[in-house]
Amino acid sequence: MSTVTGSKSHRRAAGLLKPRKYNPNVVQKNWVRTIIIGIFVVYALFPLVWLLINATKTQQDFIGTFGFSFGHKFAFWDNIVQLFTYNNGLFGRWLLNTVMYVVIGGGGAVCLAILGGYGLAKYDFPGRKAVFMTVMGAIAVPSAALAVPTFLMFAKLGLTNTPISVIIPSLVAPFGLYLMYIFTLESVPTEILEAARMDGASEFRTFFTVALPLLAPGIVTVSLFTATTTWNNYFLPLIMLKDQNWYPLIIGLNQWNNQAFIPGAEPVQNLVVIGSLITILPLVATFLLLQRFWQAGLSAGGVKE
Amino acid sequence: MTTIVGATAGATPPATAVANRHKRDWRGWGFVGPFVAVFLFVFIAPLIYALVSSLFSYRAFFGTTEFVGLSNYTKLFGDQLFWSGLGRVALVLLIQVPIMLGIALVIALAIDSGRLHGSGLFRISVFLPYLIPTVVAALMWGFLYGTNYGLVSQINSALGTHINPFAQQWILVSIGNVMTWTYVGYNMLIFYSSLRSINASLYEAALIDGASEWQIIKAIKLPHLRGSLAITTIFSIIGTFQLFNEPSIMQKMAPAVITNSFTPNMYAYNLSFSSGQQGYAAALAIVMGLITVIVAYAVQLRGLSLDEGKK
Repeated sequence: MSTVTGSKSHRRAAGLLKPRKYNPNVVQKNWVRTIIIGIFVVYALFPLVWLLINATKTQQDFIGTFGFSFGHKFAFWDNIVQLFTYNNGLFGRWLLNTVMYVVIGGGGAVCLAILGGYGLAKYDFPGRKAVFMTVMGAIAVPSAALAVPTFLMFAKLGLTNTPISVIIPSLVAPFGLYLMYIFTLESVPTEILEAARMDGASEFRTFFTVALPLLAPGIVTVSLFTATTTWNNYFLPLIMLKDQNWYPLIIGLNQWNNQAFIPGAEPVQNLVVIGSLITILPLVATFLLLQRFWQAGLSAGGVKE
Repeated sequence: MTTIVGATAGATPPATAVANRHKRDWRGWGFVGPFVAVFLFVFIAPLIYALVSSLFSYRAFFGTTEFVGLSNYTKLFGDQLFWSGLGRVALVLLIQVPIMLGIALVIALAIDSGRLHGSGLFRISVFLPYLIPTVVAALMWGFLYGTNYGLVSQINSALGTHINPFAQQWILVSIGNVMTWTYVGYNMLIFYSSLRSINASLYEAALIDGASEWQIIKAIKLPHLRGSLAITTIFSIIGTFQLFNEPSIMQKMAPAVITNSFTPNMYAYNLSFSSGQQGYAAALAIVMGLITVIVAYAVQLRGLSLDEGKK
C-alpha cells in the first residue's frame, strides 16, 4: 500500500496508467512460503542482532564471551560515554566530518543531478547526445579504478588530505543524473512548461516553480541513495586523507578496529561495535521514516520494462 | 516495446518532448553545464591523467619519471599476480552474482505474490543490510566467522566439523557471503518495484484464461523484469570487478590468505601507495576499466539507452 501513495505525480503524468486493482490483501496467505522467505529475513537480521548484543559488552566480555549471549556486565551506556570521550572526542569530530561530506558532497551531487537530468530530458541542445552517452559510459566505469588516478592528480594540485578532496569527487553521481532524467521524463509534462513560458516565466523560474515540485518523490529517492553512498564511502576518503581529524566515521572506525591487530596498541573493539551502531542508526532511521517516499520513487523511476 | 514505468506510450507525444527541434537551442546547457563541468574535472581529467601516466615509469631510486611507452601494459599481461586477482573476481562474478540475483528474484516474486504474512516487514528487513557500511559488515561477519567465539565455532562444535572461513579454500565463499548479505535486498527492491508496475489488467486477463501462478510468473512477470535484470546485472558486474572493500578490511583477519594483490583493485591500490609504481597502477586501472565496460556492454548496456523514454 505504501507504494501507491506518493506516486501520484507520476501517475498523473502517465495519464493512461490505471491504479493497480490487484490487491495483495485479498490473496490467500501461505505459511510455507512465509517461513521459507522468513529464513532470509533471519539471515539478513542476525548480524545486526549480534551488533546490538555486543554493543552492551566491555572489551573483556567482547573477546571473552560467546557472540550471541550477553556479557557479565551491561556496559552499553559506559561504551557510549567512552566512545565520545576516547582520543579527546575524536568520534564526535568524525561524525561532524561525515555530516559535512554528506551535506555538501552528497547534497551538491543531488542538485547537479536534478539540474542535469532536467536539462537532458527537456532540451535538445547541441551536444546533448554526447553528454548523455558519456555519462552512461561513466556509470560502467568502476569509480575505484578512477580513484587512484584522481588521487595522483589531486596530489599534484595539492588538494589531497583536505576535505575538498573528498567533497569534489562526491559531487558527481552519474546514476543519480540518469534517475533524475527518467523522473523528469515521466512526471514533468512538457505542456505545463510551455504554459509557464507563455505566461512569460524565464527558463529557471519555470524549472523552480513548475518542474521542481513535480519531481519531489524522485528527489527524495535520489537524495537518500546518494546520502547512503556518501555516508558509507570508504575507498575515496581512505586514499585521500592522512590526517585523522578529517576522517569520516567509516575510516575512523576501521582505524580503531585495526588497533586490535597491531601489537602494543590498545584494542578498543567495544568502541568499534558501539561506534558502528551509532554510524548505521541515522541511515536506518531515515530510511524507515521515509519508507513510503523512497519506495514510491523507486517504483516510479529507473525501473523499466 | 520498452517503455519506462509510468511514461505510458502516447502520454507525451515525441514531437513535443523536446522543445524547438529546428533551431539551435543552447538553453539546456544552463542546466547541464554545472554537472558537466564537475564531471570533466573528476571523471575525464583523471582518465586522461591515468592514460598519460600509464605511459611513464617512476624510478624511485633516481627520483625521475621516464617515458616507457606501452611497456607497463605488456608487463601487465605477463603479470601472474594480476591474472590470479582477475581470476578471483571472475569466479565471484560467475558464482556469487547469479546466486545473489537469484535469491533477490525469488524474494521479490514471493513478496509480490501477496501470499506472505507481514510482507512489508520482509521487504524492509531484507533491504536493511544495504545500509550497513562495508567496514561494519566485514567487521560483524569477521567476528561471526571467528573460530574461537564466533558462530562458526558453535557450528563446528555442534557438527563436529573444522571449517575455518578464513582458510584458503573458504575465503572467497566468506567474502561472497558478505557481498550477498549486503546487496540481496537492494536488488530485490529493484525487482519488486518493477513487478509492482505491471498493469493489473494483465493478471485479470490471465486469471480469466485460467492461468496458474507459475504460468503468470513465466509469461508475464519474468519478461517484464528483463530491464531491471539488465540493470542489476550490470551493477553487479561493475561492483564485482572493483571488489576492494570487503577483502581489504578482512585482510587483517586473514593476512596469509588475502594478499596485497588479492583483487585487481587491491593490487592497483598497493602498487600506487606501497610500492610507488603509479604508472603501472594506472595501466592496471585502465585495463580493468576496459574489461568492465566490455563485459557490461556484452551483457546488455543497451538496457540504459537514451531514447527509450520517448517511444
